[in-house]
Amino acid sequence: MSDLLSLTIAEARDKLASKETSAVELTDAYLSAIDAANPMLNAYVAVTPDKAKAMAKASDDRIAKGEAGALDGIPLGIKDLYATEGVHTQACSHILDGFEPRYESTVTSNLWADGAVMLGKLNMDEFAMGSSNETSYYGPVKNPWRKEGSNVDLVPGGSSGGSAAAVAAHLCAGATATDTGGSIRQPAALTGTVGIKPTYGRCSRWGIVAFASSLDQAGPIARDVRDSAILLKSMASVDPKDTTSVDREVPDYEAAVGRSIKGLKIGVPKEYRMDGMPQEIETLWQKGIEWLKEAGAEIVDVSLPHTKYALPAYYIVAPAEASSNLARYDGVRYGLRVPGKDIVDMYEKTRAEGFGREVKRRIMIGTYVLSAGYYDAYYLQAQKVRTLIKRDFETVYGEGVDALLTPATPSAAFGIADQEMASDPVKMYLNDVFTVTVNMAGLPGIAVPAGLDAGGLPLGLQLIGRPFDEETLFSLGSVIEKAAGRFTPAKWW
Amino acid sequence: MSVDSATVRRVAKLARIAVSDNDVTAMEAELNAILGFVEQLSEVDVTGVEPMTSVIPMEMKKRADVIADGDKADDIVANAPASEDHFFMVPKVVE
Repeated sequence: MSDLLSLTIAEARDKLASKETSAVELTDAYLSAIDAANPMLNAYVAVTPDKAKAMAKASDDRIAKGEAGALDGIPLGIKDLYATEGVHTQACSHILDGFEPRYESTVTSNLWADGAVMLGKLNMDEFAMGSSNETSYYGPVKNPWRKEGSNVDLVPGGSSGGSAAAVAAHLCAGATATDTGGSIRQPAALTGTVGIKPTYGRCSRWGIVAFASSLDQAGPIARDVRDSAILLKSMASVDPKDTTSVDREVPDYEAAVGRSIKGLKIGVPKEYRMDGMPQEIETLWQKGIEWLKEAGAEIVDVSLPHTKYALPAYYIVAPAEASSNLARYDGVRYGLRVPGKDIVDMYEKTRAEGFGREVKRRIMIGTYVLSAGYYDAYYLQAQKVRTLIKRDFETVYGEGVDALLTPATPSAAFGIADQEMASDPVKMYLNDVFTVTVNMAGLPGIAVPAGLDAGGLPLGLQLIGRPFDEETLFSLGSVIEKAAGRFTPAKWW
Repeated sequence: MSVDSATVRRVAKLARIAVSDNDVTAMEAELNAILGFVEQLSEVDVTGVEPMTSVIPMEMKKRADVIADGDKADDIVANAPASEDHFFMVPKVVE
C-alpha cells in the first residue's frame, strides 16, 4: 500500500498502463493515508471520497478500453481557491461559508478531462493572503518536515501550504496551487517539493477565486520536476473565458525534462544577495551555480537594479486589486450573512465577521491607496515602478541571458505562531522577497529543492525564465534535481 | 505619510468593514507599519515612465456580441443566503 504512495505521477502512469495497479487501488491508498494523517497535518479542508472513487472507477474503465488520458487515474489535491462544482470552495475564508459553486474552474476541468482523480480540497491562507498558511479560517497546516531531533511544528509556507504539505507527505500524487507573490514557490521550497508559477496568461484564471488579478497565476506543486511538467501541460490552455489567457499552443513540457542545457546563459543577479542572508542560502546558491556550470551552462553576473522596490510596490498593487476584487463579498449572493439594522449595517457586520485579520488589513491598505488624494502618490507610482522592474528583466534577457538563478526563500521553514512574524506584518511579507519580482514582471519561475540546512530542513533554488519559456526552466530544474537528489521527510504523523 | 484613527475609521467605512475602538487602535499601528515600508517607493525616479497596464503585451480580447449562455437563474441564486422567486433578498433599502 505505502509502495503505491511513493510513486511519482510518471511512475504511477506506467504502472496503470501496464495494469500492475488500478486507479481504484491507487485512490484507495491515498484516501486511507489522508484519513490517518489529516487530523495531524490539517492539509485538507474537505475530502471527497465518493467522488474520488467514482472518478477512479471511470479511469479504470477508460484504461481497460485503451482510451486513457494523460492523467488517467492520477489522484490529485486541489487548492480551495479553485471552483469545483458542488464541492467546498471557500478560499479558506469564513465569508464563503457553505459556498458550493455550480461550475468548474477551467484548470480543474482540464485536469478532469485528462482523467485525473480529485481527492479533495486543500488548506491555504485565507484568499491566498499569507506566507505561512496561518491565516486560514481552518487553522494552520503543519509542515511534514521537522528539525532533526525536534518535535516543534513548523509552517509549510503559504499561501499554497496545504498543497505543498500534501505533496510532501504523500497525501496526493500532485496538487494544484496558485501564486500571486510567491505562493507556489515559497511553500514548495519549505517542503522539499517542486513548484512552478508559469508565465502570466499561461493558465486560465477563470473559476479561481480572484486575489490580485494582474498577478494571480495557477500552477502545480509536485514531487519532482517531471511531475510538475506533466501537470502544467494539462493545467495550461487557451481559454476564451479569461481575456488575459494568451493564444499560444501549450508545448510538451515533459519533453524538456532532461534536455541538455549546454551553452545556455544563466544570469546571477547581484541584487538577490541580501543583507543578513544566512550563509547556508549563499552556499546553496553557489552550489547551484556549480551544478549548472558542470552541465555546460555559462554563468554571467547580471544586475536587476529595481529589485528592492518589488516588494513595496507589490504591497500597493496587490492590496489595491484585492480591495476591489473582495468588494463582492457582501452577504447578498453567496456565503456568510450577518443580519444588521439596515443594508449597510449588514454589509459591514458581514465583512467584519467574515474576513480574517490579514485580509481586512490588505483590504484597508488597498482602499486607502486607491482613495481620493492618494491614488497618484501610491498606486500610480507603484505601477510605474512595476514597469521599471519588468524593464530590468527585459534588459538582461535582451543581452542574451536565457534564465536567472536565485535562492527561492530567505530561510528554511519557521515555527507555527512565530512571535516575530506575528508582531510585524512586514516581517512576514519579507518571505516573498525573492519570488515577488517574478509576479510583478509576469515571468515564469520554478522552485526546485536543492539541499538541506544544518537542521535538516529543505531549502530551494529558484529559476526565472523568459516569458513563455517554461521549457528551459524544466531543463535547468532537472539538472539541479539530478545533482541535489530528492528529499522526503521522515514520517512522524 | 501616516494614518490617524479618524482616517482608519473613514477607510473602514469606505471598505464596508465594521470596526471597534480596539480594532482601530491595532489597525492604525499595522497600517502605519506597512505604509512606512512602502514609503521607499517615493525615492524612485519615474520621470517619463508609463504605469504598467498589462504585464504581458497583448491585444485585449473581445468576444462576439452574441448570447452564448443563460437560463441559469436557479444556479445563480443557489448559494444566496436569502432568495425568493430568483431574486436576492436584502433588508429594506427604500422606505
